[in-house]
Order: sequence, then structure tokens, then C-alpha cells
Amino acid sequence: MLDGDPDARFLGGGTNLVDLMKTGVERPARLVDVRELPLNRVESAPDGGLRIGATVTNSDLAAHPEVRRRYPVLAQAVLAGASGQLRNMATVGGNLLQRTRCGYFTDVDSPCNKRVPGSGCPALTGEHHNHAILGASGHCVATHPSDMGVALTALDARVSYETADGPGELPIADLYLPVGETPHRETALPQGALITAVTLPPAPTAANSRYRKVRERASYAFAIGSVAAALDLRDGVVHDVRLAFGAVASRPWRAFAAERVLTGAPAGADTFAAAADAELTAARPLPRNGYKVTLMRNLVVAVLSELAEEAAR
Amino acid sequence: MASSTSSDLTLSVNGEKYTLTVDHRTTLLDALRERLDLTGTKKGCDQGQCGACTVLVDGRRSVACLQLAVAAEGHEITTVEGVADGDRLHPVQQAFLDLDGFQCGYCTPGQICSAVAVIEEHAAGWPSAATADLRPEAGPPPLTPEEIRERMSGNLCRCGAYVSIVQAVARAAEANGAAAWGSSATTAPMTSPARSRCSTATRTPASWAAARTWST
Ligand SMILES: Cc1cc2nc3c(=O)[nH]c(=O)nc-3n(C[C@H](O)[C@H](O)[C@H](O)COP(=O)(O)OP(=O)(O)OC[C@H]3O[C@@H](n4cnc5c(N)ncnc54)[C@H](O)[C@@H]3O)c2cc1C
Ligand code: SF4
Ligand code: FES
Ligand code: FES
Repeated sequence: MLDGDPDARFLGGGTNLVDLMKTGVERPARLVDVRELPLNRVESAPDGGLRIGATVTNSDLAAHPEVRRRYPVLAQAVLAGASGQLRNMATVGGNLLQRTRCGYFTDVDSPCNKRVPGSGCPALTGEHHNHAILGASGHCVATHPSDMGVALTALDARVSYETADGPGELPIADLYLPVGETPHRETALPQGALITAVTLPPAPTAANSRYRKVRERASYAFAIGSVAAALDLRDGVVHDVRLAFGAVASRPWRAFAAERVLTGAPAGADTFAAAADAELTAARPLPRNGYKVTLMRNLVVAVLSELAEEAAR
Repeated sequence: MASSTSSDLTLSVNGEKYTLTVDHRTTLLDALRERLDLTGTKKGCDQGQCGACTVLVDGRRSVACLQLAVAAEGHEITTVEGVADGDRLHPVQQAFLDLDGFQCGYCTPGQICSAVAVIEEHAAGWPSAATADLRPEAGPPPLTPEEIRERMSGNLCRCGAYVSIVQAVARAAEANGAAAWGSSATTAPMTSPARSRCSTATRTPASWAAARTWST
């Protein structure tokens, strides 16, 4: 639909793209409005999961009865983001592809490897208190700002897309590319791909799930750290668990190492702390964001403890 | 494919049709204020952060500063100039007046449009981040001050008139029957009445090739 034009962009709710067009970070030659496409349904998937159209608004997603009933972590994550006005405008596809809030990225007068490859990364020595502690590189330490994406990552969502050559699908774990030396290349989507849907597999574990976000004011602010978790206990032992972190990496971060420690272990604060530590040993904080390591550790223990309590009820 | 970077379009605002030529990058906010002289809608941050520019698009609150005017064509826009019923103030407006829901008044048009939608969203059963039990079976939560604060958090007020804003929204919601929602929970409609009132479906293109495209 973009006719191979690298300067064309899909326009969803515009809440990120229009903002970036105003500052000159984005200078599309052409806009293709996706909000009028017939992609605004939430439907049951053949495997019993849920297929969410790419233009479903964040508001409709969070209000959907099946999402609230079967995937509460997703409804909570969406409701934790932005404001009522923005959620009415923002789409699922646009939310996944929103750009980082790194201040150097949004300031066109500043160098930034993500915006101008090879120009440098002033955040390394500059303002980085809300930058990445996991999976970053010396080329970029920006975080992905989405709350919704963290829940979708915990839920093993699959992202469907369409290109001129036909349809394709990616597990969300493979949607975002490692930072490495190419922070300007953010996703594994083919050039010009239109995201058409996000599919959630059935996840009985998600019935006991929650999203917890820490931010610098009570509401309406981006996370400085967040956790999406789902927990299934059998006789006090962790039968199944899903854990993902937000605001700590260039993408929503699935905590596989923590999940391995948890699975089969007795539920309890010690296990939860050991799991958090297993994930966070990989953390490489910057001089002024080391607080995030402690914050994430505490958050993991708190959220898993709450879920364990719920499960015991 | 049109290569011009401007278009003629028709905007439907407060029930009236306006035809104008706009650059494709023009926001709805600038079109309303500078082209249609509807200056009730305010510009605060111009970045989606303050809510001063809140308008209703097909009954849903949106920030006009991040909406392109061209993308608003075909949708019904309501600004603060259009929420009253002729000379009769909207219950939200009346409550803001009665309870001093403002000081300088700059954020007020956005607060009022937002509050009108908050009351409808709550009546439609939408949860918020302050809602403890998200299950649809639990029904809409009582519209407590905490719920109102969370739902109105997209509207900042530099004068800090929040206490009376929350009271005004609570009173207007009560007038709309919100007090009953806690009890008759499960009968509440689960989709937004706002969206169902308009006929977006009829304009959904059958084929993807029909997506609207603008050169910028
Ligand atoms: C003040 C403010 C506060 C915010 N706070 C939060 C917060 O706390 N948490 C949070 O998670 N988010 C927050 N956001 C970000 C917001 O959630 C995103 O801007 C929004 O989700 C993007 O969706 P959109 O539909 O508006 O995307 P757009 O702005 O329309 O598009 C974003 C990008 O996605 C591309 N795109 C859109 N749709 C598709 C598609 N179907 N296929 C392929 N590409 C597509 C566009 O080309 C563009 O590159 C905030 C935003 C603002 C302005
Ligand atoms: S952290 Fe990434 S986005 Fe921020 S300045 Fe460095 S390269 Fe740019
Ligand atoms: S002017 Fe639109 S949100 Fe501030
Ligand atoms: S009344 Fe002055 S900004 Fe709200």
C-alpha cells in the first residue's frame, strides 16, 4: 500500500507520528490512513485465542469483555498508558511501532544514532535516568515506551502483517531487533509492511495476571519501570508463569531467565527475588539509572507475591 | 494518486458543514482555531500532553493537536461551542459554573469536553486504571473521586483547580444517573454509545486499496 515508497508512512491515531512530524523527526512524503481499513475487530481465533485487529483503538481493546476477563494484564497495561483522549485515538499497530521518548531522539538539533546513524549517542554520558539497563549497546541505550507491548510480550502474542508479496507473521519476541550497531533498524517487519492484527494464544494462566507500572507522577506519564506477570500455582508450586518488563530495554523485555527459575519452584518471596536476580544479573546500568535494577527487583517480588496471594484464594 | 500537498475538505463541526482548503499537515486544532474561527478549543502544549485541545470526534474525546484535519473529514466533531443544547447549558457546563470548576479558564473547554465523554465512557462500562475489578461481570465501578481523577488525568490545569473540577464532574455524572451504575452493573452496555451513534461502518472501504492517502 505504500507502493515501495520509503518516505511514505501509515497513519494510525497519529498520536506519535503527528507529534514527530511537528518536530521534524519524521518527514513523510505521503501518509496512508489505516484507521478506515476494516481492521477494527476483536474476534475469537480458531485456536481459542483472541485476534485483535491492528486499528482497534487502545480504548476499545481495554474495554473489551474478553480481554478484561481472560487477559486482565493486557487491559491493565493499556489503561496504564497515556490518557483517555490518547487511548481513543491510538491504535494497536501504532502503539507497537511508536518511537522512543529519548529526548535526544526527539530533538533534531542533537546527534542521535537512532535518528542519524553514526552521529553518536549523547545519552551515554548525558541525560539517561530513564534509559535502558538491559540489552542496550554502546550505540543506543533508548527504551521502548509501550505499556501494551509489555503485556503482549508476556502473552506470547503473534503479529500479523501484509506486504505487497503477501501476508506474514512474527512472534512478538522477534518483532523488535537487537540494538547492536544498528539502533535505527527497529523491527524485523519487511519494508512497507502493514500490521493487520495481533493474535493472543489461549492462555489460562493469564486469568491470574496483572500489570504494574512505576512512574514519576500518579497518572498520565511514561513508565520508569513496569512488570507484566501471569502466575498459575498448583499446591503452592509454580506450574506456569509469564513475566515481561517495560521501560528497561529497547523492546518489551521477556524475562525468560526469571521464568526458568520460577517454574517448578515453591511460590514465595525468596523464590521471586531469586528469579528477579537471575534476570537482572544481565543488567548493565548507566551511571545515573542504576536505581532501575533495584526498582525492577522490588517490582517483580511485589507483583508475583500479589498474584500468589490471589491464586491461593 | 494526488501529489498536491493540500486538499479541499469538508469538516462537520457542531452539526455545521465547513468547506476549506488545508495543507495536509494542518492539525484539526489549527483548522478549528485559525480557519473556522472556533477559538473555544485551546492550544496548550500542542503535543498531546495537556488536554486543552480536547474535542469530541464521533462522540469520543480526542486531542485535536495530534489529529490531522484531513483525517477528521467524514467524522462528526463537537467542540466546546457545541456541547450546549441551544441556550441550555450542558449539565457538565452547569456544574463547572455552579461549583467553580475553574480559575483562569484556559483549560476549561478541554476539561468540559473531556468530562462529557468521561461520563459516557463510564456509563458504557469502560474501566479505568483506578478500577479494582476489571471483569465485565463486576460492572462499572462507582464514580469515586479517585476514578474521576484517573479518568480526567489527560487534562492538566495550571491553576490547580482540580478539587472543584472533580466535584463538578461528580455532580454532572450524578445528574446523568451515575449513582445508579454501581448497583445495576451488569445491564450496562459494554460498547461505547458514542461510537454506535455514528455510521463509520458505511464509510469503511471494502478494499484496502481504498485507504485514504495524502501527500505531505
Ligand atoms: C502525551 C503522551 C503520553 C503518552 N503516554 C504513554 C504511556 O504512558 N504509555 C504508552 O504505552 N504510550 C504512551 N503514549 C504513546 C501512545 O500510546 C502512542 O503514541 C500510540 O499508541 C501510537 O498509536 P497511534 O495509532 O497513534 O500511532 P501513529 O502515531 O499513527 O503511528 C506510530 C507509528 O506506527 C506506524 N503505524 C501505525 N499503524 C500501523 C500499522 N497498522 N502497520 C504498520 N505501521 C503502522 C506509523 O507509520 C508510525 O510510524 C503517549 C503519547 C503521548 C502523546
Ligand atoms: S539513546 Fe538511542 S535514541 Fe537516545 S540519543 Fe542515544 S542513540 Fe539516540
Ligand atoms: S494542546 Fe493538545 S494536548 Fe495540549
Ligand atoms: S483554570 Fe487555569 S489552567 Fe485550569
